[in-house]
Amino acid sequence: MNSTQSERVLMDAQEMSRTLSRISHEIIERNKGSQDVALIGIRTGGVYLAQRLAVRIQQIEQRDIHFGELDITLYRDDLSIRKDQPEIRKTTIPFNISDLTIVLVDDVLFTGRTIRAALDGLMDFGRPAEIQLAVLVDRGHRQLPIRANYVGKNIPTAREEDVQVFFEELGQVDRVSILTGHTE
Amino acid sequence: MNEASLNQASPKTVCIQGGTVIDPGHVNGRADVLIQDGKIVEVGYPLKSAVAQDDSVIVLDASGWIVAPGLVDLHCHLREPGFEYKETIQTGSASAVAGGFTSICAMPNTQPVNDNAAITQFMLTKGQEAGKARIYPIGAITKNSDGEELANIGELVAAGCVAISDDGRPVMNSLVMRRALEYAKAFGVPVVDHCEDLHLTDGGCMNEGAVSTELGMPGIPDASEEVMVARNLALADLTGVCVHLAHLSTARSVELVRHAKAQGLPVSAEVCPHHFSITEEAVRGYQANAKMNPPLRTDEDMKALRQGLVDGTIDVIATDHAPHALQEKQLEFDTAPFGIVGFETALPLTLQLVHDGTLSMEQALDKLTRAPAQLFHLPVGSLTPGSLADVVIFDAQEEWVVDPEQFQSKSRNTPFGGMVVKGKVKMTLVDGRLVYDAR
Amino acid sequence: MALSRKDLLAIHDLSVEEIELILTTAESLKEVSGRDIKKVPALRGKTIVNLFFEPSTRTRTSFELAAKRLSADVINFSPSTSSIVKGETLIDTARNIESMKADIIVLRHSSPGAAEHLARFVQSSVINAGDGWHEHPTQALLDLYTIKEKKEKIEGLTIVIVGDVAHSRVARSNIAILNKLGAQVRVVAPPTMLPSCVERLGVSVFYRFEDALIGADVIMMLRLQRERLGQALLPSLREYATLFCLTAARLKLAKPEAIVMHPGPLNRGIEISPEVADSSAAVILDQVTNGVSVRMALMYLLSGSA
Repeated sequence: MNSTQSERVLMDAQEMSRTLSRISHEIIERNKGSQDVALIGIRTGGVYLAQRLAVRIQQIEQRDIHFGELDITLYRDDLSIRKDQPEIRKTTIPFNISDLTIVLVDDVLFTGRTIRAALDGLMDFGRPAEIQLAVLVDRGHRQLPIRANYVGKNIPTAREEDVQVFFEELGQVDRVSILTGHTE
Repeated sequence: MNEASLNQASPKTVCIQGGTVIDPGHVNGRADVLIQDGKIVEVGYPLKSAVAQDDSVIVLDASGWIVAPGLVDLHCHLREPGFEYKETIQTGSASAVAGGFTSICAMPNTQPVNDNAAITQFMLTKGQEAGKARIYPIGAITKNSDGEELANIGELVAAGCVAISDDGRPVMNSLVMRRALEYAKAFGVPVVDHCEDLHLTDGGCMNEGAVSTELGMPGIPDASEEVMVARNLALADLTGVCVHLAHLSTARSVELVRHAKAQGLPVSAEVCPHHFSITEEAVRGYQANAKMNPPLRTDEDMKALRQGLVDGTIDVIATDHAPHALQEKQLEFDTAPFGIVGFETALPLTLQLVHDGTLSMEQALDKLTRAPAQLFHLPVGSLTPGSLADVVIFDAQEEWVVDPEQFQSKSRNTPFGGMVVKGKVKMTLVDGRLVYDAR
Repeated sequence: MALSRKDLLAIHDLSVEEIELILTTAESLKEVSGRDIKKVPALRGKTIVNLFFEPSTRTRTSFELAAKRLSADVINFSPSTSSIVKGETLIDTARNIESMKADIIVLRHSSPGAAEHLARFVQSSVINAGDGWHEHPTQALLDLYTIKEKKEKIEGLTIVIVGDVAHSRVARSNIAILNKLGAQVRVVAPPTMLPSCVERLGVSVFYRFEDALIGADVIMMLRLQRERLGQALLPSLREYATLFCLTAARLKLAKPEAIVMHPGPLNRGIEISPEVADSSAAVILDQVTNGVSVRMALMYLLSGSA
């Protein structure tokens, strides 16, 4: 990271952990348990969060929960206008999603375009009973009519600010930050 | 006197002043050249002839330049009749004089083939009409160059053919080749063979070797040329008739000829500038302009060809001028035709051998003037008094970039486009007439 | 990283990083072919033209499926239905196709270098689907993918390519890709079927099949083209089969876990015995399956708007 960049921490590791525990409870409460619920994380950040939610829900409910990973690259709405194609990562949904309640998990809800792509992607795998959305941070600036069912924290931001979630899984210290300035 | 009149049909007196004259075997040094009524009158410095002082003399200033006999090419393709979209005798001879060539021997692979007096006469007439280089037709060895029945060689020679050859359709049948050599003996014309065993070539389109293997291209092995060189040497020995081996391309061909000459066999050999200038590497990227037959070979072959020129194994440098239309060279490599425009790059490519010390200037020019004229018994190639006033004047030092768009030839196919070469033709005279002027 | 090139013409031009990107992308895309709905919208609105001057049902079908699974529109253009018979040049044909706004042209042609030649004249991306004896890069990529799937790493493997290497674009592309990734490549064939200076391609040369098989991890059989028989390259199919057919007995000379590959179509009983073709060592159908993923990956990676 270059010195011209500054970071403002919005959520530290402890708060992140507490937030995920709260969302886990909300998911169980809303769905009256975890039976017929599946967690699908959107690559990359959403997958780590979904994994952590799965662990918590399994501990609370004492039963396994369906877990999948979704790469939305093939469903992006900007593929035909980009010069270099973004990298495609694996999608792994090792169960039939039909008639399940799917909780899509992403780290930051921003324009809504990623979620739109994820919804289209999911539909290609079957016909879920319901799709819900869980996000760690909602930073506003929606460009599509999309709203999350579970929100860790609402954070008002400026359009050009860069909200980043850091993950232990990537060798970082868990936190959510606003980065300003340019990375060299 | 006005220079414009120099282009007229009957020029009077011309004096080329200030240049270095290189007339191989005769003159090599600072000299002026006096031309009267299309003939060389005197070469020397200062000129002794009184007429040189006359006011009516047209003076051509050649200061800093080299003055040599007009270049003689034993091997070119003028495409007329039959393939006028590639070249005509008009454009071909314009291309020749732009390259400094004043006498060019045209191969018989026209449509129809030059296997009879009518075609020969047609070519001669067209050449005269063009009024640039002298055209010396080469007649076919066999009817329609089919390699079966002998063409009417006597008729061809009587009509003006200076040699016979089946050009790119080599005489595969050794008995027919033997008979052709024997029969040609009566007329004293050289027999020219493009040495290639078509069975060994087997559809190949570039040198067979590491590059062809990498490019997945069918290759033409060295042996395809060499077995026919060896055959022709044996037939020259058998018949006692001189075989002229066209455009040799491999190291072993040179070695075979060297050995044969040492044994006193009647044989002469030519090499093309592209074969001693670039290698098969030029084909990479499937460059159809680097497709010729024989193909560009290896570095080792290139060195052997140069050595052959140095030690006299190779007698002459010939262009193998082979123009093809853009649409033909735009085809896929294996379907594009063989050949390149030769006239307009031959001199600078040859001069490169002088610049790099391989040949002396006189040796290099000998291979382009006196030697080829002697081989085909042509009355040109020298500046001795009484000779036809065919002259090339060039700047041996001027560097320029080959631009195919500037070619006088109708075609543009060359692998040398964009290359910086050294040595530029300034003026070309035929019969004392200025037929090319790039001053 | 991204594949920052307009065309895919030859393995020869690719870096190891580019090859790995293509394989990783193919691996991610493989899942699409396993879904009930085998289609993603990634190349919606893109037009892909299969321009095949040589008949090839399987390669063309593989490209077509790959394009369709990415939601591209596919047009098949072959000489019998085009104006090639009327004397139109390859370049003019391709420019015509380009004028109809083709994003990718997949070219199969009998001339070596045809794809490179075409790529110089058109703005569309060109994928070489086989050019004469030169290269068949997508075949090498799918072969590599298949080997990687079975053997995990390529470096240090001993791979034997068997048959008419001289006239095989599959062999040239595979030799190039396997060398780049550090495999030891052997070729074995009658000397008439090995090209001049073949060792300069970076292979060791064998004439006896048995010798070449010892210690082999992968055996790649090439298809014997029957038209070679009239060209003094082979005395007879019978003699070829006697010397070069991969039989169960010969397979035992290779490493116990060796795999057998073939680009298809098979000449059963000529270059490969039915027992071997149908054995668990054969990964021939995996090659076909992986071909679709690899071609999807390439189309995706080349379809960035230029």
